This record gives sequence, structure tokens and C-alpha cells, in this order.
Amino acid sequence: MATTADTVALKAHDDEHAHDSHAHGLSFFQRWFLSTNHKDIGTLYLIFAIFAGIVGGALSGFMRWELANPGMQVLPWFTEGNIDAAYHLWNVFITAHGVIMVFFMVMPALIGGFGNWFVPIMIGAPDMAFPRMNNISYWLTTTAFILLGASMFVPGPPGFDGAGTGWTVYPPLSTSGHPGPAVDLAIFSLHLAGAASILGAINFITTIFNMRAPGMTMHKMPLFVWSVLVTAFLLLLSLPVLAGAITMLLTDRNFGTTFFDPAGGGDPVLYQHLFWFFGHPEVYIMILPAFGIVSQVISTFARKPVFGYLGMAYAMVAIGFVGFIVWAHHMFTTGLSVNTKMYFTAATMIIAVPTGIKIFSWIATMWGGKMTFETPMLWALGFIFMFTVGGVTGIVLSNGGVDTYMHDTYYVVAHFHYVLSLGAVFGLFAGFYFWFGKMSGKNYNEFLGKVHFWVFFVGVNVLFFPMHFLGQDGMPRRIPDYPEAFAYWNQIASWGYAIMLAGMAVFFVNIIWSLLAGKKAAANPWGEGATTLEWTLSSPPPFHQFETVPDLTKAKSAH
Amino acid sequence: MNSIVSERRRMRTGLMAAAVAFGMVGLAYASVPLYRIFCQVTGFGGTTMKVEAAAAPSADAVKALAGRTVKVRFDGNVRDLPWKFAPLAKTVEVKIGEQNLAYYSASSTSAVATTGTATFNVSPAAAGKYFNKIQCFCFNEQTLTPGQSVEMPVVWFVDPAILDDPDTRDIDEITLSYTFFPVAEPGNPPGIYATGKADIPAREGANTAEIPYRGS
Repeated sequence: MATTADTVALKAHDDEHAHDSHAHGLSFFQRWFLSTNHKDIGTLYLIFAIFAGIVGGALSGFMRWELANPGMQVLPWFTEGNIDAAYHLWNVFITAHGVIMVFFMVMPALIGGFGNWFVPIMIGAPDMAFPRMNNISYWLTTTAFILLGASMFVPGPPGFDGAGTGWTVYPPLSTSGHPGPAVDLAIFSLHLAGAASILGAINFITTIFNMRAPGMTMHKMPLFVWSVLVTAFLLLLSLPVLAGAITMLLTDRNFGTTFFDPAGGGDPVLYQHLFWFFGHPEVYIMILPAFGIVSQVISTFARKPVFGYLGMAYAMVAIGFVGFIVWAHHMFTTGLSVNTKMYFTAATMIIAVPTGIKIFSWIATMWGGKMTFETPMLWALGFIFMFTVGGVTGIVLSNGGVDTYMHDTYYVVAHFHYVLSLGAVFGLFAGFYFWFGKMSGKNYNEFLGKVHFWVFFVGVNVLFFPMHFLGQDGMPRRIPDYPEAFAYWNQIASWGYAIMLAGMAVFFVNIIWSLLAGKKAAANPWGEGATTLEWTLSSPPPFHQFETVPDLTKAKSAH
Repeated sequence: MNSIVSERRRMRTGLMAAAVAFGMVGLAYASVPLYRIFCQVTGFGGTTMKVEAAAAPSADAVKALAGRTVKVRFDGNVRDLPWKFAPLAKTVEVKIGEQNLAYYSASSTSAVATTGTATFNVSPAAAGKYFNKIQCFCFNEQTLTPGQSVEMPVVWFVDPAILDDPDTRDIDEITLSYTFFPVAEPGNPPGIYATGKADIPAREGANTAEIPYRGS
């Protein structure tokens, strides 16, 4: 698809900026607030995601602290001892934790951060297709975050502040249960975050389809670019459905419509169908870019091309496609007929096939490779291990019969934290260490990186593995207090949080130390295994890269 | 052959992608009527069927079933309306395929005229598509004057096809449940957030059907 027209266009563009390889002439405000440069916007997204991650992580810290022992110890501090307000505050915390981690931590970091930084570079493009729209996406995301924060401080249900609806915002709890404006603010927040992601998706699709360097065919693109392309399509097809559903919720709340209200012929279950038609692809939106990063990292540190490249690319396409037709496995207890449950059980289990292709291809990539275990590789290996554990519990839950027992227990919490908090987040850290030198121009500290990995690895496993036992024993999700019987494993899980927190402290020390005192990073610190285009550029890359357009017509592969 | 061509291509891809996004918003809204039609056609989630009297099986067809019976329980609820609403008979054992008549009594304790509309479904949900209503007070909005009492009829039969479906042939008890909600009109207590008109398809002249309402 990369035609000569593109080549000429890119050259003409680059000649114009032949002497503009730095951000000179831009004030701080112009560079960082009015930014149209994909690398600067990527950096902004990463900083934002780290900030949001601190907020979302702190919320979960209070939750684990409260759950460390039976009874209400911690949350009543925030509510002057009012126990009912503390119960509601718990709901507000789980809601904010979920929404922040999904929309303001994982997505901005993986797609906005690494996607913006490396998709254009990896395909040999000078920037994103619509640089100004890129800027709009970023600032919509931050505005959405502010709205969500504000929703925690305005009235929700009668007498209490904040939206305690869970990230799913099911009616009637989110309609008649929350008459105050908190849920309205949360809905607006999701609208803006959704609009930002849709604009971002349009940007990525256009960039990847139209701006590849000559010779960079679709089947030569690095797998990270493939992963972002599939993710962009998932965003484009699923987020508008969420936007529609929460708009109906908004009009049900404020303008007397009855989309989800039986009194007017509506049906609350319809909301669940719409939400999960978005919600299930959303979980793949969070994990696919991590798949892409892990593929780059494994291939780099095994010093071999990825095993079964085409299978890896189309496995992601298949996961994306099947991801749209399995949504009702989140709704096994809503009264679906046996046949419907059978279909959704079988369709869900089928996702294990393309996912298995990916896991085994990563292992085959490492097989016979000259492996070394730098920090990014440790995170990638941790990812494979954790994601496999989460995948296996996912297969357990996919069974409609088993799920009737497991539904809304801590087993589900354990499952989705293994695939997301451990899967997606390990992918995030793999990418962060892999590209830290490239992005900042400074080497991170390898020792601290490894300490971070091992402490974090131990911490999250101590934190989340006991939740399987709690769930199998029947501990429900979304409760701040529990019977004595659940105390043992809850306390261990809370200690796991403390270990994980210590690991995160090492991470922040590493970032600060590396930025202040890190050695200058080489263009390619990873050696022969690092074959993608970003390693042909200096670290950090010039403000406008590819003054000479890379020509890959003769290259056998670019991944 | 220049940057304008490539700019145009980008715009085209971008606009196509935007069109897809808008299309999906449209699909989300289209799902509302589609979901309702889906439920009405398949009886999904215990949605009962509405049929004409001619659709009821003939006496011979009922006799051919050799007196197979099913127990039907009735349930009545009210939300946000100053009404009392309950079935006259709580349970009835009927022949499958036979046309039946049941009455619900409703009385208003309000000082003003109030209008309600009833939503309905059956449990177990799988029986919904075999529960056929020929006439029902739930097809229309019902208005009660202050202190008025009325007995409202439902004419229905259980489709003999229920015995051919492996999911439903073992069902020996079906519960038919109604809930009356207020319709927004002057004098009605406002619902917490519901103000819209009921969206249940009204039938011309249904109030003057064969089976009359009783009471005053």
C-alpha cells in the first residue's frame, strides 16, 4: 500500500523541516500544552497514566487495608465514624479504582503512550496522520479524569457523596439508586474518555493504513503495530456502543426516557447487553497492545524473529473478532436460556485457541534463542506466566454452569486481576523498561529494575492468588466487611499489597535516579535482536524523525 | 503525486473510520427496538405472546392431548401507585391448549383518578413463548376513579407446542406476574424518575372486547 506518492510526499515534508530536528523555537507551553508531536504526546500520556495509576493504586491500597481484617476499621476515618457512609465510600472506591485503572491508566499508557511513541516510528512515518486530533485526544482524556475525580465529591445516593455503581454502571442502581449528580459526572467522564479513544483509534487506523514507509507492507509490520491496529478497530466498534448505552442512561436519569425502566416498557438487562458488547472487547483493548509489546521484547532478547509471525498477527485479529460475540458470558446469571448459555460458553472457550497460538509461539520464539534476561525480558516472561494463569481461570469461568457458582465472587476478581493487573501491567512495565532509554535518552538502572520485578512479582502473587481460595469459598465481590471465615486469606492478600507497594517504590526511585543520573542511552542498547526501526534512530529520537525515509522494499522483514 | 494526494487519502480513511463510529452509535440505539422485537418474537426472558382468539387450538386438538395439565400461578404487584392489585384466584390447574379466563382485582385508594399500566412476564422464562394471551388488561392503560374497584380479565391459553420443546416439556408450573406502574398524568404520584408514556402496544377497542371488566 505504500506507494510512490507517499514517498514523494514524505520527502517533500521532511525537506521543509530539514533543519528542524529539535524542538527549538517552541516555548514550554507551546511544546507540552499545544503539542502535535507524537513523541511529546506519547510522553504526556505516559506521565498522565503514571499519575492516574498512583491515584487508582492508592484507592486499592485503602481497600486492601480495610479488608485486612473483618469489621470496618479504615473507611470510617473518612466519614467521621458514620458506618453507612463508610459502606457507600467503599462502593465509590471500587468504582473509581476500576474506571481509573481501565480508562486512565492501562489504556492511556498502552495505546496513548507506547502506541503514539512507537507506531509511527516502527512503520517509518514522520508523525501520526492527524497530529492536532492527537492533541485533542490527550486533553479530552485529562478532562475526563478530572470529571471522574469531581464525581467523588458531589451527591450520589440520598445522603452520600460519589458514584458507587461499579465501573459497569448498571441500572437501576445507577438511575433510581443515585439521584444525585455524581453518576451524571461519571457518565460525562466516560463520554469524554470514550470520545478521546475513538479519535485516537481513527488516528491510528489512518496512520497505519496510509503512512507506512516504502516496502513496509502490512505483513512486514512489527507485531506491536499489528496489535495497536486491531485494538484501534476494537475501540472504533465497541466504544460508540458504550457511548450510546450511557447516553440512554443519562436520558433515563434526567429526561424521563425509560430505555432501562420496566415502568415504561424498558428493560435493565438491555443495558447489560449493551455494556458488555463494549465491555468484553474492552478487556482485549487492554491486553492486545501488551501482547504486541511482549512479542517485540521476547524476539529482541531471544535474538530471533518471532515464531509464526503471520499466525501471531492473525491470532490477534481472531481474538478481536471473537471478542465481539461472547459478551453474554458476563451475564450468565441474568436468566439466559440453556441454549444461549451453551453458545456463549462454547464461543468463549474458543478464544483460548488463538490465545494459545500466541503463548506457544512466544515459547517457540525463545526455544533455541540466545536468551538474556534483562529487566524487560523478565517482565515479558512474567507476563506469559501470569496471563496463562489468568487465562486458565478464565476458561473455568467461561463455563455457564460453573459460573453460576463463581459469579460475583473473589474468584472472578482473581481472574481479571491476573489477566489485567498482572497481565496488562506486566506488559506495560516490559514496554516501559524496553523503551525507557529510547524515550528519555537515559539508561535505567538494571539492578533496580530487576529488584522492582522480583518484589512486584512476589507481591502481586501473594496479593491475588489467595483470592482464588476466597472466591471458591464463596466470598462475594464488592463488600468492605466479611465473616471471620474469610479473614486468613484476606490478611495474606493485604500483606501482598504491601510487598507490591514496596516494589513500586523501587520503580519510582529507579525513574528518578535514571532521569537525573542515568548514563546516556545508545541508539540500540539491545544488540542484534532489536530489529525494528526505532533502534535505527538516536536515543531520544530527533524531534522530527526520518528526514530520509527508510526504504524497506529489500528488507525481508521489519519485525 | 504530491502531498495533497496523500492528505486526501488520510482524510478519506479518517472519515470512513468516523462513519463506522457513528454507525455503531446508531446500532446501539437500534438495539432498543430490535431487542424488544426479539423478546416479543422469541418469548425471551419470559415475554408472553399476544395472539388472536382464532389462534387458540380447537377442542379436538385439546382432547388429543389426553388431558395434559399445567398449574398456573398468578402474581400481582404495584409500584408507586395508590392501588390494591391482586389475582382473584392464586392458582389454577388448566388443560394445556384450553382457553382460560382469569380475573385480577384492582382498587384505588387515591382521592383522584389515577392511570397505570402493567408490565408482565412469566416464570420460568422459557415458558414465555408458549403463554399466549388473547385479551389482557395489560394491553392498555387502565384508569381508576377515586375509590373505584374493578375486576380485570385475562384470556389466555398455554400452547400445546410446550410439550414438544425439550426445554419446556417438563414444566408443570408457570407463574404469570404483573406489576402496575403509574402513567404520568395529572394526579398521579410521580415515579422516582419515570415520566414517559408506556410503550406497550395498544389495541384499538380492546376495552370493549368480549370479556367485560367487572365491578364499579
